Amino acid sequence: MEQVIKPSIKEDFLRHFDFLDFSFDQEFYKNQRKEAKALIQNLDFPTSKTEYWKYTRLNKVLKGKYSFKELESTPYDLQGLAQNRLVFVNGYFSESLSKVNVGEGVYFAPLSQAKQENKELQNSFGKLYKQDEIFAVMNQAYHQDGAVLMVKKGKVVEEELLILNIIDGENIISQPRNLIHLSENAQAKVILKTIGYNSSASFTNMLTEVFVDTSANLEIAKIQEESKTAYQIATEQVKQEANSFFKINTFTFNGALVRNNLNIDLLGQHTESWLSGLYLLKEKQHVDNHTYVLHREPNCESNELYKGILDDQSTGVFNGKVFVHREAQKTNAYQSNANMLMTDDVTINSKPELEIYADDVKCSHGSTTGQLDEEALFYLRSRGIGYKTAMATLLKAFSADVIDQIGIESVQLEVEEFINKSFKGV
Amino acid sequence: MIEIKNLHASIDGTPILNGINLKVNAGEVHAIMGPNGSGKSTLSSVLAGRDEYEVTAGEVSFFGEDLLDMEPEDRAAAGLFLAFQYPVEIPGVSNVNFLKSAINEIRKKKGLDAISAKEFLQMVKEKSKLVELDGKLANRSVNEGFSGGEKKRNEIFQMAMLEPKLSILDETDSGLDIDALRIVANGVNELKTEENASIVITHYQRLLDYIVPDFVHVLYKGKIVKTGGKELALELEEKGYDWIKEETGVSA
Ligand SMILES: Nc1ncnc2c1ncn2[C@@H]1O[C@H](COP(=O)(O)OP(=O)(O)OP(=O)(O)O)[C@@H](O)[C@H]1O
Ligand SMILES: [Mg+2]
Repeated sequence: MEQVIKPSIKEDFLRHFDFLDFSFDQEFYKNQRKEAKALIQNLDFPTSKTEYWKYTRLNKVLKGKYSFKELESTPYDLQGLAQNRLVFVNGYFSESLSKVNVGEGVYFAPLSQAKQENKELQNSFGKLYKQDEIFAVMNQAYHQDGAVLMVKKGKVVEEELLILNIIDGENIISQPRNLIHLSENAQAKVILKTIGYNSSASFTNMLTEVFVDTSANLEIAKIQEESKTAYQIATEQVKQEANSFFKINTFTFNGALVRNNLNIDLLGQHTESWLSGLYLLKEKQHVDNHTYVLHREPNCESNELYKGILDDQSTGVFNGKVFVHREAQKTNAYQSNANMLMTDDVTINSKPELEIYADDVKCSHGSTTGQLDEEALFYLRSRGIGYKTAMATLLKAFSADVIDQIGIESVQLEVEEFINKSFKGV
Repeated sequence: MIEIKNLHASIDGTPILNGINLKVNAGEVHAIMGPNGSGKSTLSSVLAGRDEYEVTAGEVSFFGEDLLDMEPEDRAAAGLFLAFQYPVEIPGVSNVNFLKSAINEIRKKKGLDAISAKEFLQMVKEKSKLVELDGKLANRSVNEGFSGGEKKRNEIFQMAMLEPKLSILDETDSGLDIDALRIVANGVNELKTEENASIVITHYQRLLDYIVPDFVHVLYKGKIVKTGGKELALELEEKGYDWIKEETGVSA
């Protein structure tokens, strides 16, 4: 029999994008896409030998057959969601589900529209993504729609803004792309949420570029709640200028395989960064949080706290790296990862890393694993608290310091509710 | 109220309780004494529903119901309370909040409305005063950083809040100074009615000066080997356990 030369996984995968039409893009963005496509030529998907992806195998993800599916709407219930929201279904903007009512100095619109009408976007769009990371480059080359938030100097956005990506359908592929830019002294809170509705076996590759200018203040609550067979790669590329404040809380509640890349570049002095995360895993779910904080300048502080509750045969990966440049004296950098293992069959790979070249710094890192305290559980039950409530009580106590980080009340309630609910079935 | 018949229990295949028989009626106070390791705490854990222990024989009826068939939370709702010998610390869980949800879950099972915030606060105030538990402690995480004596007071405070039918106090007196002992005993006496009962596990006769038992039982090697009135406690204090060991003929 004649041997057929099989196209590589990469070529096969890239074929998904063949049918996309980007003719609506302006010349500037078309060129950007072209450049990214050229970069892909020299990149490969990670393998088991790629250190950065060591504990997260992508075979299943990359061998999947997906399709783009444009829907203008979905029956997903939006009641009670933030009043200001941009909603995307399968990566496409849904005008009917979105609602925008922002004051002067705040630009909040879909990327597709921003590319047409907002010239300023060209100054920041595509400036931060990592050119050696294939998924970031793939997003740059073939991204669909997403949200653009630009807040002018000194402007404070009181109410939280929601960027919602809904995946509706089977084997959906999507590449949402967002950009958030807060100018000097601006303030905002953003909920970045992905959910699955009637969906399965989807693949989402989301990229968000974030600019926090001098003295600006930004909080992002990232909530991942796709279907339990979903694959998601989500990357935030953040740049912080002097005196700025940035906080991001990542909540992973669902998904078969989720990989988060959070990269924060600290370019000025006296910045403050808070990174926290909570993942609640069941069955064979696999969640990988990779974070990178780069201290370039003196007098900055970064705080990192990730916690996980792992049940059944789930796997959690945490790799947090803090890099302190020689010039970055008086850096305070704290990092910790704690995991609660609910069964003997879960796997956890936790690697907090510090790489320090300055000599006058305060840095610490730690990683702990423990089990649910059965005695405490019995104690609560012996007082009349039912099994599920007792369980939820202990898990919330474990997660409390992450939950306390959340500066958006609705998100706090949502996270607590999720913990309550997640053990109802036991 | 409770009737324990021929109760056998073991842990990891090792028998600990070897045929306990005990009947407690409403209005009664029973003291259980016995050397270390005789199975007193095991008995209380089995009654409270700890599933580490395997009941290998016997039965327990509580208000006519099969106690051993109930979940720990249902036993609490039915009116059973255990003051632990070693109360566990639960960081991050507020003492009063957890008590409030316990009370409300129990009320819900009984078809009652949730307790009002006002009523609850009033109750906390009243009951913490009863055992002289510092108001700050009531609001802290369950037992976290409490001293040994504070933990024991907290147990009685919880008992007072939950108003059980049957309280089992497992060495609530150990670790208490004389004043605390009196306070805790007073608390227990104040809560005593014709409708409820307690089982008091102790090593010391002095507690029984305050909480006067109707019966004193001696537990030895997982069996009640002797039962008497309150004078039995005095006799034990004086003579130790050797004479009982000989008398009962259970080889040491
Ligand atoms: N979890 C356990 N694993 C193994 N052995 C146990 C366990 N719990 C109790 N035992 C054993 O059972 C026996 C009875 O223990 P228990 O705690 O009931 O005694 P006790 O009468 O309460 O003693 P003390 O007066 O010291 O409190 C002891 O020999 C003890 O070592
Ligand atoms: Mg004991």
